[in-house]
Amino acid sequence: MGKTIETSGIGKKFGTTTALEDISFSVNESEVFGFIGPDGAGKTTLFRIITTLLLPDTGEISVLGKNCRTEYKALRKEIGYMPGRFSLYHDLSVEENLNFYATVFGTTVSENYDLISDIYSHIEPFRKRPAGKLSGGMKQKLALSCALIHKPGLLVLDEPTTGVDAVSRSEFWDMLGKLKQHNITILVSTPYMDEAMRCDRVALIQNGRLLAIDSPAKIRAGFSRKLFSIKASGKYRLITALRSFPLTITSFPFGESVHVTFKDDIVPTGLNEHLINNGISDVTINETKAGIEDRFLELMETAGR
Amino acid sequence: MRNTVISVENLVKKFGSFTANDNLSFEVYEGEIFGFLGANGAGKTTAIRILSGLSAPTSGKVTVAGFDAGKQAELIKRNIGYMCQKFSLYEDLTVKENITLYGGIYGLSRSLIVSRIGVLLDRLRFRAFENRLISDLPLGLRQKLAFSVALLHEPKIVFLDEPTGGVDPITRRQFWEMIYETAAMGITIFVTTHYMDEAEYCDRISIMSEGKIVALDTPDNLKKKYNAETVEDVFIKIARP
Repeated sequence: MGKTIETSGIGKKFGTTTALEDISFSVNESEVFGFIGPDGAGKTTLFRIITTLLLPDTGEISVLGKNCRTEYKALRKEIGYMPGRFSLYHDLSVEENLNFYATVFGTTVSENYDLISDIYSHIEPFRKRPAGKLSGGMKQKLALSCALIHKPGLLVLDEPTTGVDAVSRSEFWDMLGKLKQHNITILVSTPYMDEAMRCDRVALIQNGRLLAIDSPAKIRAGFSRKLFSIKASGKYRLITALRSFPLTITSFPFGESVHVTFKDDIVPTGLNEHLINNGISDVTINETKAGIEDRFLELMETAGR
Repeated sequence: MRNTVISVENLVKKFGSFTANDNLSFEVYEGEIFGFLGANGAGKTTAIRILSGLSAPTSGKVTVAGFDAGKQAELIKRNIGYMCQKFSLYEDLTVKENITLYGGIYGLSRSLIVSRIGVLLDRLRFRAFENRLISDLPLGLRQKLAFSVALLHEPKIVFLDEPTGGVDPITRRQFWEMIYETAAMGITIFVTTHYMDEAEYCDRISIMSEGKIVALDTPDNLKKKYNAETVEDVFIKIARP
């Protein structure tokens, strides 16, 4: 399988701030590859380097077989980039924006319409409306259509789902899934850990460094301890009580339960008594499978030490 | 019976012919963590602006911290705290300068500001950062400080509009522990979020769709009612018309 992106040892500083340090990874052809990490982790800087908008201080990078330093002009024609901020022309209509992007890349809307028809059909009824007057979800669909209109080999999406509600996020990922059949490699970043499951492979990134790169299943399997899901009414009291228990290693709230690891990977005898002494009697404890976020928390703690 | 701190009866807000809030009625209680959810464009921001005294209802009766949102908006503003993800602190001022500024805006006396700065810096273990610019602080610390600043004038209610967007998973959880602590002191937390796991941390949640509240209950009751495993599943079932 061909590599769409290959990097080794990428580093980037802004003044005294290290934005990226020793980033090495590769992305396979037609893969959906996700960068998962919080704000300030370096995701946008890395994407700007990959799209040839920024040069790294150190390291090598090639995209679609071209060198990002020397062949950037040719490369830009083959990349579709959707930055984190809505970057279309607010005072142009939906249709005008799409035509503009097609023209800039030397193509026409009709030439590649099959690629965007699934997405664009949702906003086509509003094609005369100025882009600035679209709802958030529609802006997102237009921006994606514009990034795709020249049939790029690589689509780079910087936090396309940030601030978007859970239903629209799920729909957006469905659209990306459909693009795979057109042989487009997709690089996408997100701060939402649950979205990792929609990628073929993910890189977890924090403070400019990669914590892990693998398939979502393998990242979850990398969790080093047995994980228990504990439920009781009065969650804050439960967390506090679990923290004060001497054999607890970690305890983090996860949705309706608390995810806990214990010394020796067993539910300690004496836990029940400790919880009852803290006024918690309706406890249920189950072993559970670690998710991406559990593993991210574990890797963050290891990296922080 | 718990004290009611927010009471909304038949709230309607129209912009021209568009109805952004369509006959909302609900109550929020003292010390409660109330999650205010909905799809983008459902009308959440409009409702929050009314509840925080920034916009007047077209019709209906809205009482916040004992004041009428139609007639006493200025009094509401003085008696609530507000924090959102996008803007909260001035980046080119130091930690101490920001706290002083907000103390002044909320009308606290100079001596009270000085004593509260001390308490706040100690509680957050922020002494080492007091003279640092906000722009030099990591996002997680900024969020914690912004939350504390929103509580500086000891409001009965604090509105948090997507307070944890983009922060790392450890900081996100630390932030929620601050929320729990604050609620345990009797302060009401009114919070919006797109993280559905956070919705599970709330005492009660409401879900808005097309200007109406389509569900309002505890996370457990909603999951039972809609036969769903998580709040996210409930949300996906009902947040869209």
